[in-house]
Amino acid sequence: MARALINVPAKAKRGDIIEIKALISHPMETGYRTGADGALVPRDIINRFLCTYNGEEIFSADLFPAIAANPFISFTTTATQSGRIAFRWIDDQGRAQLETAEITVE
Amino acid sequence: MRERSGTFGATRREVLASSAGAVALILARPARATLESMAAAIKAFVGEAQVQKGKVALEIPPLVENGNSVPLTVRVDSPMTPQDFVRSIAIFNEKNPQPNVAHFHLSPRAGRAAVSTRIRLGDSQNIVAIAQLSDGTFWSDTAELIVTLPACVES
Repeated sequence: MARALINVPAKAKRGDIIEIKALISHPMETGYRTGADGALVPRDIINRFLCTYNGEEIFSADLFPAIAANPFISFTTTATQSGRIAFRWIDDQGRAQLETAEITVE
Repeated sequence: MRERSGTFGATRREVLASSAGAVALILARPARATLESMAAAIKAFVGEAQVQKGKVALEIPPLVENGNSVPLTVRVDSPMTPQDFVRSIAIFNEKNPQPNVAHFHLSPRAGRAAVSTRIRLGDSQNIVAIAQLSDGTFWSDTAELIVTLPACVES
């Protein structure tokens, strides 16, 4: 779907609260804007974002057209164990993009 | 008394018909969210529960040049333990075409109740953040901001 940037610390101490940042390139077309021909540009947004830590859901968001283009979301989680943090963005057409990051917890 | 025809020879009837058309055109433009639609969206989120002021801190710049990307952070004063945590945070606006901005779903594993994103604003307005705690109570904070160049108007 698009280029995504995710920021997860590579290493953390067990029990640390880590900040996770996720950005994806997407126009987040609101459906209220007119194009060059004067017609409304159809709505096309990412409406759902999910984050799982070793398969367990730790954060999710429902997004609306009021989210800026190239949606950026930052949140926190507690580093519990080494493993994989996975990010999933789902758009209006039901297309999903998956990105993952590895974290080592000591 | 005879009706005088309007400018360019248009009859009174034609002028009235065309102004009705213009009104229809204005109504066809996307409706703006109003205080009522924001109240309805908030009611859909909180149900019958009372929303109390406090615990929530909504951080947003008081004056922004460009409404297309406005940074926003919501922090909630919560220990984030399995017994007492923030279940979800919702953000609402008054004057965009739709009252909803985002709903975030948190778990005790978050450690801290803090979420940031970037939003679009079509006008200077109030933004409301409401947090639902695990005990079922709702807490809110409101911030007013001025937008000099609103989003949603450029083509």
